[in-house]
Amino acid sequence: MGITLQTQVLIIGGGATGTALARDLSLRGVQSILAEKDDLNAGASGSNHGLLHSGGRYVSNDQDSARECKLEGDIIKKLMPQCVENTGGLFVAVQGDDERYITDFPSYCAACGVPCTRITPGEARQLEPNLSHAVIAAYKVDDASIDPFKLSLLNMSQAVSISSRLMRRTKVIGFDIQNKKIARVALRNVDTGKELYIQADQVVNCSGAWSKQVCELAGIEIKILYSKGTLLVTNDRINHRIINRLRRPSDADILVPGGTVSIIGTTSIQIENPDDIHPTVEETDMIVREGAAMVPVLERTRYVRAYCGVRPLFLGGMEERGKDARAASRGFAILDHAREGVENFTTVTGGKLTTFRLMAEKTADMVCGKMGVARLCRTRTEPLPSTEECQWTEPGLSPKKWMRSHNTDDIMICECEMVTKTAIDETIVSLRNINEKTSLTDICMRTRIGRGACQGAFCGTRALAYLFERGEHTAREGLADIGNFFQERWKGIRSILWGDQLIQAELTESIHCGLFDEELYSSLEKITD
Amino acid sequence: MALPKSHNYDPKHVFDIMVIGSGIAGMAASLFSINRKLSTVQAGSAGGTLFTSGVLDLMAIHPIEEKKVWSNPWEAIAALRDQAPLHPYARISDEDIHRAFEEMVSFLNSVGMNYRFEKSRNVRLITSMGTIKHTYCVPESMWHCIKAHEEKAPCLIIDFNGLREFSGRQISSTLQNEWPLLRSLRVSFPGTEGLNEVHPVHLAQALELSPVRESLAARILPEIRNVRYAGFPAVLGIKKTPAICAHLEKLLGVPVFEIPMMPASVPGFRLKEVFDSSLPPKGLLRLIDKRVESVTRLDNGNFILNIGGPHQDQFIQARGVILATGRFLGKGLMSDRKEIFEPLFRIPVWQPANRVSWHRERFLDPSGHPINSAGIEVDDSFRAVDGTGKVIYDNLFIAGSILAHQDWIRMKCGSGLAFATAYAAVNAFINNFVNSSGRVTA
Repeated sequence: MGITLQTQVLIIGGGATGTALARDLSLRGVQSILAEKDDLNAGASGSNHGLLHSGGRYVSNDQDSARECKLEGDIIKKLMPQCVENTGGLFVAVQGDDERYITDFPSYCAACGVPCTRITPGEARQLEPNLSHAVIAAYKVDDASIDPFKLSLLNMSQAVSISSRLMRRTKVIGFDIQNKKIARVALRNVDTGKELYIQADQVVNCSGAWSKQVCELAGIEIKILYSKGTLLVTNDRINHRIINRLRRPSDADILVPGGTVSIIGTTSIQIENPDDIHPTVEETDMIVREGAAMVPVLERTRYVRAYCGVRPLFLGGMEERGKDARAASRGFAILDHAREGVENFTTVTGGKLTTFRLMAEKTADMVCGKMGVARLCRTRTEPLPSTEECQWTEPGLSPKKWMRSHNTDDIMICECEMVTKTAIDETIVSLRNINEKTSLTDICMRTRIGRGACQGAFCGTRALAYLFERGEHTAREGLADIGNFFQERWKGIRSILWGDQLIQAELTESIHCGLFDEELYSSLEKITD
Repeated sequence: MALPKSHNYDPKHVFDIMVIGSGIAGMAASLFSINRKLSTVQAGSAGGTLFTSGVLDLMAIHPIEEKKVWSNPWEAIAALRDQAPLHPYARISDEDIHRAFEEMVSFLNSVGMNYRFEKSRNVRLITSMGTIKHTYCVPESMWHCIKAHEEKAPCLIIDFNGLREFSGRQISSTLQNEWPLLRSLRVSFPGTEGLNEVHPVHLAQALELSPVRESLAARILPEIRNVRYAGFPAVLGIKKTPAICAHLEKLLGVPVFEIPMMPASVPGFRLKEVFDSSLPPKGLLRLIDKRVESVTRLDNGNFILNIGGPHQDQFIQARGVILATGRFLGKGLMSDRKEIFEPLFRIPVWQPANRVSWHRERFLDPSGHPINSAGIEVDDSFRAVDGTGKVIYDNLFIAGSILAHQDWIRMKCGSGLAFATAYAAVNAFINNFVNSSGRVTA
């Protein structure tokens, strides 16, 4: 029998919505525990474009989403500016694109209150020299890029500083339902296998693509369409602004710059199961081909990484309206499971990164209503505080800080992405604060280790040596850790291994297998569920 | 034989052999060629051997998907010939593989780079990762590492502040179950106090000086106590490693050894230094840091190689070419989104059907990635052949990791493959063009 914890609200899922809900509730004086089966942003929240939509993307097919994007985008830019790079955006059409859509776009935008300004193709190319000469029309919009990791880390960080508790690598395995209420939730630590219980007044399912599975534990059926989206990261930043293809939403038609890179995507492939997904060679080829129609350099540039996420598209009552994942609404839904006879259980699903705060607000409103808490939402008006510990996910910030600090004791662990010993120390400290040991994969998410040109071959080795020096590793588990770290990196590069990236992958393998024989220890790697 | 950059070789002068590539296979081919009195010219990047680990594998694992480790490399090769008859080793006799190894190692020993192996035994060597590497022939300076590990003797691993890739604590922690008497000690390397980062080659150069060794030993000696071996990162000198080891052993009173670490590392640097300094005096014309840009073939079959450099083009005529340009890292093979190709001769590359099947879903999949078996197919004389098995040029020989149907990374056969195939290629050239009268035409 494991221990039993008490809380007011149990939040299941540590993505953008779950962490924002923890923050929203804590600001209303409501205590919560957030249980995440993997790590913060391990699902779709960490594997999207990092695009703060102006709304222009949805003006033709989803006006409600377009309006929400416009309003929420303005709030986020104002209250969370440290997570936003206000790049502005363009919508561009190339020869062969639908002329009618080009002409109608301003009126679609106007209907949704989304500002847009027509410019000439020449002006567009002046703003974005890498645009194709085949561009025939262009509009300026208010898109921006956003760092989703920093966003979730900062939301969670403020929640924890007030009253919330984060439990990573803790998976919900069952609900004990009595008298139409979840009396107790059973959870298991996925590393140690240790089980525990949480008693909560309210349980909120924010598990994104896994919300259907969590509902099933309570005997509730919900209809979710899984849409897999793959994106590619370039080695260099090739655009200043967001570049959208001016057409009805389709594949590989948004190029988002962020920090020192650009991201092109996505695909939209309907899948059956949200687990064990990875970018495929076929998707990668399609993205390169399609993206190159707008920005031809995408055909020749070096890609550092591919990744994919699963969009949970809530079908509600319209599930029979055809099975096209792109046609389903990107709007969100808050489901009060009192309807199915479980009074203290709520699921929030669907939606998009741009509306994460609004989703949390509406969910908190419902949950607080059920608990009789009358306090109003504060995230709509109060700025998101910054903390030191997660400044490192922003490309380019850590070298600036490193240069500024003049700390002669600081040692560079990763030369590609300029990550220092201090950055790793901060990660170790922040995880110790929640009683956890740091793994290479943890460091990889919280700093930029392993994301640069060396694919982790060098910095991963140095960071591992450092974890031993710091006593975070004390025995053979270090070999499993570096195996898991490489496997995480591998998922991101396997589909883009040609040219320079293939050379780098061969070097990594010749060092870590050719010299260190690490593949002979590969049974030490964790088996993912 | 340093050559002025302005010199233009007379393209009418005919060399016997042009070796293209400056990795282990290219160096071996050059050595075997000059040892057989062939006039030999070699081109390749300056750092061809820098990324080698310095330990010389022969053959240790087969079948790789079973991770079956062989303690006798010759038995592994025999099993391989039986089960994977396309592997390059299947075209060479044990005797020739052994002779190739012997000839290379005796050259290295003759120039002060002492290597050690036992003919029928693979050894287990600890690495800076705390893993056990299965290999065949190691620098003499690593031999005690094998012994100490076998005996599980009380042993101290010394590491240095600022040497980021090497943690003695990582090694002792990772191996603690099988080797509980392994301890670690961190000291500042003499003269690097206050430095954030120290680099292996700089430490190795510093250790060439006797006062540095004495100062270092003084920092370690109080911790030696009852230990029977002292292990170091592989930084014990560049050119005088045996003398440095002997001096440290005298100062510390125990045998010392080196532990191989992350490339680019000192043992690779030592090999580069030895090849750079010792082969030209034996008659090799080395075009350092020159790439062969293009090739044409004369009616008589001789190749004219256009050698590019930062300043001007040169032309070399040779009766035969040994292509030892390596794989992707060496740029012997190149790739785009659609295919793998050989950029210089444009000879066919045997490869998986398409990019989808180049790599497996798990990076550390013991079965290895299918792309690693891609490469150039050859006949028994190591001449490149096309898809039908037909020899492409009767005087174009292929050696080293660019060869198809092998996975040196997983099989642990990289150096042996380089030596043996270079040996076979040089001998095939001699058989076809020197011993026989006149040229054999395809």
